[in-house]
Amino acid sequence: MSSYFKCNDVSKTYPKGQMALRGVTFEIPASGIFSLIGRNGAGKTTLVRILATELMPSSGDVFIDGVDIIKDPDSIRKRIAIIPQEARAISWLTPMQTVTTFLLYRGMKYAEAKARSREVLKELGLTSVADKLNRTLSGGQKRKVLVAALVASDADILFMDEPTTGLDPISRAELWDILSELKKNKFIFLTTHYLEEAERLSDRIGILDQGEIKAIGTMSDLRAMVPKKYSISLIDRDHGSVEIENNGSLMKIGSRIFVDDNEAYVIARDLINKNFRFSINPVSLEDIYYSIARKEIGGEEGVQD
Amino acid sequence: MYRTSQMAASILVNAIYAMKNFPITLVNTLLSPLSFLLVITLASHGRLLSVSVGGALIMSMISSGIGLQGDLSHLKNDFKLQDMVVSSPTTASVYIVGMAISEIVYSIPAIAVLGILATIYIHTTVLGVFQIIAVMVLMFSFSILLGFTLATITYDIIQSWAFSGIISTLMSTIPPVYYPITYIPMPFRYAAYASPTTYGAELVQNAIGFAHLSGTAFMVDWIILIMINVVFFIIAVKKARWREV
Ligand SMILES: Nc1ncnc2c1ncn2[C@@H]1O[C@H](COP(=O)(O)OP(=O)(O)O)[C@@H](O)[C@H]1O
Ligand SMILES: [Mg+2]
Repeated sequence: MSSYFKCNDVSKTYPKGQMALRGVTFEIPASGIFSLIGRNGAGKTTLVRILATELMPSSGDVFIDGVDIIKDPDSIRKRIAIIPQEARAISWLTPMQTVTTFLLYRGMKYAEAKARSREVLKELGLTSVADKLNRTLSGGQKRKVLVAALVASDADILFMDEPTTGLDPISRAELWDILSELKKNKFIFLTTHYLEEAERLSDRIGILDQGEIKAIGTMSDLRAMVPKKYSISLIDRDHGSVEIENNGSLMKIGSRIFVDDNEAYVIARDLINKNFRFSINPVSLEDIYYSIARKEIGGEEGVQD
Repeated sequence: MYRTSQMAASILVNAIYAMKNFPITLVNTLLSPLSFLLVITLASHGRLLSVSVGGALIMSMISSGIGLQGDLSHLKNDFKLQDMVVSSPTTASVYIVGMAISEIVYSIPAIAVLGILATIYIHTTVLGVFQIIAVMVLMFSFSILLGFTLATITYDIIQSWAFSGIISTLMSTIPPVYYPITYIPMPFRYAAYASPTTYGAELVQNAIGFAHLSGTAFMVDWIILIMINVVFFIIAVKKARWREV
């Protein structure tokens, strides 16, 4: 039996007037990692808080494995856990105390909670700081303490709202490793505005823009949504710009052009003849994101500057 | 068992671990009730010692609510603890009751010292002891309800600090808590009755023989204290938002 998430026409208007979600509808299997991407203010946090039963939508239904979580949040709360955006490990506690109390809040007995906390802190490489105050930890370690709390819990659906924002590249990579390991037996619903992170980590991706889901699916589902599936970039920065014979459009040095299979062949041959160095790649999530948010790939000219 | 763990979590986070990791906080809870006690006792050449001990106990109760409003909003707004707990298999009342108990735990050192002073310096009947305890319970519940209500409307630590200062001054420093109400000249005396602590202090002073309340005044004070609790309970329940809307 595979788990699933289903949102049906979910809208949210905050009491002070801001419409943050406009009829969000999707259904995804709850396995692996799902990343919700979108710029600041797109409505990611609003959607995650609704899914995690922290916030009521203005209208619409949400089901997780058939449980109507709007009407019956208590039936799902045993299975979910969240690191809210901007959550911080409480400064006057140690990592041990932080993870232990989170487990107590979830109803675990004290002795069991302590043993489990030690074990998970060890798994995440935090043993050496387990009994130091959170305030003395590095930013990456602090974030890992919160992740440890979720890992230690019995929840199998984990929400993490921008878990890597503000981390240095190494801490971020460490967190990616933890998440990749974790997704083997838990479902992780994360939000991010780092597109390369979403592309690298996720099994499925949703693009949220101005409160609407613009696209959702696996990377290949998303690629299938854009007509031009390759990008060609010039590498050599010394040349000026080059006229491409195919459709007469102008390609500047260092810039990219989006092309379909046929065009890729014609243009590549032309560039080889003219002795230009170039690379040809499948479109990235970033390309797709811009295309969907700004209608660039497969738009009229097919050229991005 | 389930609930006990969950309540213990709040007590650990907000009192035990805080005191264990930062023992300096204990000095703070002890210091302010005792400092007033000292000042009033010295200024009155010892005459108001027993009244001040009663006043210090009331101040400790009020500071529980002040602590609660600051702690709840700090944990909610700056650490997002409440959001994490809302999504967990627990309930609002377990969380809040745990936090309220944590404030009492925090005050244990102050209450213990004041309790010892009370047994030495307050001379009253058994009935008087029960009256004093009942007043303290009502003061505690009132302050917790007020603190909780204020916490629901604060979203920044700066506001919490302001509320703390205001409540402390308006409810324990200015009103006749550490001194008898008869010390206030007449037209201003009515203003003192704007503070719930005035009724509590009056009943305590009556129990230790420092004020002599008529039968009606005695009843009225109790009724008002209970009514204030009922009213704040209703407000708190109405204000309570667990899952946000
Ligand atoms: N508590 C709130 N009250 C009013 N408006 C809000 C609140 N939270 C978010 N918003 C607004 O809703 C929109 C979506 O915000 P949010 O869900 O936080 O987006 P994201 O997480 O993608 O940055 C924004 O315009 C934001 O200003
Ligand atoms: Mg956000």
